[in-house]
Parts: sequence; structure tokens; C-alpha cells
Amino acid sequence: MIALLIRDLRLAMRAGGGFGLSLAFFLIVVVLVPFGVGPEMSLLSRIAPGILWVGALLACLLSLDRIFALDYEDGSLDLLATSPLPAEGIVTVKAIAHWLTTGLPLVVIAPVLGILLGLPEQGYFWIVLSLLLGTPALSVIGTFGAALTVGIKRGGLLLSLLVLPLYVPTLIYGAELARRGTQGLETGTPLLMLAGITCAVTALLPFASAAVLRINLR
Amino acid sequence: MSLWQYANPVKFLHLSGKIVPTLAVLSALSLVISLYWGFFLTPDDYKQGATVKIIYIHVPSALVAINAWFMMLVTSLIWLVRRHHVSVLASKAASYVGVVMTLVALITGAFWGQPMWGTWWAWDPRLTSFLILFLFYLGYIALWAGIDDPDTAADLTSVLCIVGSVFAILSRYAVNFWNQGLHQGASLSLDKEEHVSDVFYFPLLLAIAGFVLLFIMLTLVGTRTEIRQRRARALLARSKG
Amino acid sequence: MSLQVSNLSVSRGGRTLLEGVTFDVDAGHALILRGPNGLGKTTLLRTLAGLQKPEAGTVHLPEEDAVYAGHLDGIKATLTVRENLMFWARVFGTQSIDRALRTFELSDLLDRSGGMLSAGQKRRLGLARLMVTGRKFWMLDEPTVSLDQASVAQFADMIRVHLASGGSAIMATHIDLGLGADARVLDLSAFRATTPKLHASEEAFL
Repeated sequence: MIALLIRDLRLAMRAGGGFGLSLAFFLIVVVLVPFGVGPEMSLLSRIAPGILWVGALLACLLSLDRIFALDYEDGSLDLLATSPLPAEGIVTVKAIAHWLTTGLPLVVIAPVLGILLGLPEQGYFWIVLSLLLGTPALSVIGTFGAALTVGIKRGGLLLSLLVLPLYVPTLIYGAELARRGTQGLETGTPLLMLAGITCAVTALLPFASAAVLRINLR
Repeated sequence: MSLWQYANPVKFLHLSGKIVPTLAVLSALSLVISLYWGFFLTPDDYKQGATVKIIYIHVPSALVAINAWFMMLVTSLIWLVRRHHVSVLASKAASYVGVVMTLVALITGAFWGQPMWGTWWAWDPRLTSFLILFLFYLGYIALWAGIDDPDTAADLTSVLCIVGSVFAILSRYAVNFWNQGLHQGASLSLDKEEHVSDVFYFPLLLAIAGFVLLFIMLTLVGTRTEIRQRRARALLARSKG
Repeated sequence: MSLQVSNLSVSRGGRTLLEGVTFDVDAGHALILRGPNGLGKTTLLRTLAGLQKPEAGTVHLPEEDAVYAGHLDGIKATLTVRENLMFWARVFGTQSIDRALRTFELSDLLDRSGGMLSAGQKRRLGLARLMVTGRKFWMLDEPTVSLDQASVAQFADMIRVHLASGGSAIMATHIDLGLGADARVLDLSAFRATTPKLHASEEAFL
């Protein structure tokens, strides 16, 4: 299964614009917000953790339909399904690959974008921590959504509709963690909940994703 | 003979055809009586005036909205385990009723809150949870619509319903947590206003009964339609050979 | 390491396509599936490969002996021949790709990326993948599509080599490969589902 991970990472790197696109989208969202709400730094710095979280989430959403689409289109998915690899393993590897190529870069670039939004000094640690804990959940949940819509033509919009309500708890706890940490408030609850969500979905959701993938390959 | 005999579409059509008219009459009666009683025959609340009477629509519709999803969860599980088409088609039919009920709950909730809050919306935990439920319904309905093969659609939407249910419950807790940070000045929660005195209770119970009967009737009608559509498909496929 | 199919029914999209399909394929032999388009050859192969469940009947084929190749070749254009093959070798747990490279004459194409291969070279790569898996029972769906005559002859040679080394194959193809006595042809039209035959679940609605 490591072989699958390496293959997917290689494919993403060579895909020409692979993970650069999500980073670019994140940048776009963050740049658009001040144009939308006004340049007042005091306002921006208050909402910075939330904007960064929403931007990261949307950037993740953008790259979800690629998770299975390429393999589905060229027949590789059928070959993978008839290989010794278990479907649960395949979807987990796909989620990890998505996180490494989309989630992790977002985490790394978030502090830089935080500067644009006047994120307070203490905020940098908390935004990175919350995104680090939360983006894996976004990848795992997104992989489930991608598996649901793998056969549907132009299913990107439907994928977004399906995944968005599933993202809400992660977003709430992640953004709250970032916000409360920045303000120096107590962060125990959102931290535990966010970590809990990530662990739980990673452990359990692949079973649902695998079942759905098998249904779609019938 | 157990309840499972009605998993047979033809038997189900037969039985439901007999029940639906009675249900329609009963639900119409309950609704008319309860709403008339509630709106016109009960005194105005000393604090909220006449707007509190919107609870005769808001509370029942909210109850049905949530329970419709729960029913969809059960029927989806039955489909996945026992492959009874009637079950999953009932789930599909219920989703249409559920989404409308959720919308009604949202709108009436906004009407209820407006005099108190001064705005047409507030991110109150109850309303927000219903908004998220509304999104779940939309996703479920959209997935049914997006897939051609009926059995594949049934399987995928059933899994979505189950996974969605887990996340919906998780969202409820998350939204409560998210909302507690609001400053205590204006009490924004709709929950607080639900201690209504006894004089309101009976029409409310009747209204709830009416809405539930309405839900059952509409879902049965919807299921019958879905069954008939599948029947038409099967006949067409058979004649094409 | 043989395939035994008994009274198999396969369906697609709620309609039963083939029923009562029965045949055996032993080591060293190949079975060629024939029949008009839309009959259900692809569906049958996918059922044998385990991608979908049969309507009825039994398939006896040990899972660890079989490997499937759909009519889309699954070759990644941005990966080199070596990377494509090494990936599948790792997935199937075999050690080396050298024998496959030699047999299918891909050694000098090792570092060519998949997107730059000709149709014939891609087919050879697809077959090399099958050999790399180390599995003996090959299931191929339309393997000779878009191949010219020389490539088809080459393909037939390679199948002969596979059969000679004790492997077996089942393939859907219109083309006469000239494989001789080792290959039987099975016309699936004989198993076309008698109309009107609907999936049991659709039947219930009538």
C-alpha cells in the first residue's frame, strides 16, 4: 500500500499544477476577504482565524473530485479493485495522499496568509495547530464524498453539497480552537473534540468509503 | 404473516391505497381543529403577544423534520440489510416531506424570533441545527437525482443517510458549543420560550398529531408514486426485451 | 488453477444479460468469448473478476490465481514504463519485472513515459503488467483494440508463451488470434437471457 501512496504522490507532483492550485485558491480567498469587508485591520485580525479556516476548507473542497476521478477514467480503479489491496486500504491511502498534497501545504502556508489578515502573534501557533489537527479529517471526509460521486459526470458541485454539511463539526471546532487560543481563552474542549473527530473519522469512515467505492464499481 | 409481507410492492400498494384516504381525512381534521383552536381560541401570551402561536406550526413541523430523518435512517438500514425496495423508496419519499418540513420549521422559527430579536435570523442553536439538517436533506435528494441506476442510487443514498446521521448528531453538539460564546444580553434561544402554560398544550398536541398523520400520509403517497414509477420502468424493460 | 463456471447468470442495470453460462478453462488453455456488442461479454468478465456479484450460479476460481485487465489499459501517462510496472509488482507482491520486460520486449522502453508509447507498446505494457502480477489466470477484455496486424500477431505470440508456461486465459475479442488447439471459442449468444427476463428485484414490481 505504500506503493500506492508513492504512486499517487508521484502522479500529483507530475500533474502540472497539482497542489499549487489549492494553495493559489487559498491565497485568492484570503485576498478577496479584505476587499469584501474593508481593510480595517482591527476587524480583519478578529476574524482572521475563521477566514483562514474557511479558506483552507474551500481549498480542500476544490481538489476532492480528483481523488478518484483520474483512476476511474483510465481504468486503474478497476485494476486496483481487483488487486490484493483491500478497498479500505485504498481509500485510506487516497485520503493520506490528498492530505499530503493539499492539506499539509495549506497548513504550512496559513501563517503567511495570516500576516495579510493581521493575525495576532499568539494566533500563529493556534492556527497551525488547529489546521494540522483538522485537515486530515477534511481529507478523510472528502474522500468519502469523492467515493460517493465517482461515477457521476460533472459531480463536482454535488460533491461539494454532500461534503459541506459533513465538514461543519470539524470547521466549528477547528475555528473555535484557533479563535480561543488566539484570545488566550481555554482551549481544552475544542482541542479534544477536533482531535477526536479526526481520529474517529480516520478509523471508521474508510469502511463506509470502501463500501461506497465497491458499489460504484459494480 | 408478519409486517414484512408489505415489503412486496404490490401488497404495499394494495394496503396503502386503502389507508391513505382515511389518513388524509384524519390529518386534515386534526390540523384544522388544532390550528383554529390554537390561533383563535387561546389567549395571547402576556410576554410575546400573538406571535407565540406560531409554535402550533413551528413545533410540529420541527418534530416531523427530525423524525422524518430518523425514519429515513431506519428504512435505509432495512434496505441495506434486507434489500426491500419498498423500504428505500419510502425513505426517498419521506425525504421530500422532510425537507419541506425543515424549511417550514426554519421560516416559522424566524417569524417567532423576529419580534424578540428584531432581526429575521439569528444563529441560535436550534435554528442553526435545522439549517444544517436542511443541507443534509438537500444532499440526500440531490444524490438520488444524480444517479441513473435506481439500485445504485438506493445503496449510495442509504450509506449517505447513515453517515449523515452520525454527522448530524455531531453537528448538534458542535453548534451548541459554538453558540455558547454569545454574550448574555439578549436571550436569543428559542429553547427558552418553550415553557408554555397548559392552556396551550392540548391544541399543540393535536397539531403535532395532525402533522405526524400528514407526514405519514404524504410519505405513503410518495412511496406509491415511486413504486408505480419503478413498475412502469419494469414494464417498459420487459416489453423492450 | 482452473476456472469452473456453472450455470452463471449475470446482469447489468437491472436486466439479466446472460444465463446458464457453463464452461471450464484449464491450465495451458485459453477461452475466447465471442458475441455481438452489448451481449454481456464485459459484464461476464467483470463478474468473474469479482467486481460485481453474479445473479445466479457459481464461479470456482481461486482469487489469488486470477488477474483482470479491462479494456481501458490503466497505464499512467506521467509514469515511466518502469514506474508503472514496479508499482504493480509491489502491489501484487512479486519481486522483479525483468522477465516481463524481456518477454514483452520493453527493456529499451524502461524510461519512456506511458503517454509516449504507441498503441502496440501500451498493449505490451498491459500484458507485461499481467505477467508481473505473477498470477496465472488472465482475464482480458478486448485486448486487441486499436492494434495493427503486426501487433496482433505479436500479442498472439505472447499469449502462446503464457499458455505454454502453464498459464491460462479468458478473453473477449473479435479477432481470430490463430492460437490453435489450445484455445476454444465460446459464442455467448447461446447464453443470451431469454426475454423477457428481468432482474428479480424489478420482477417484484410487476
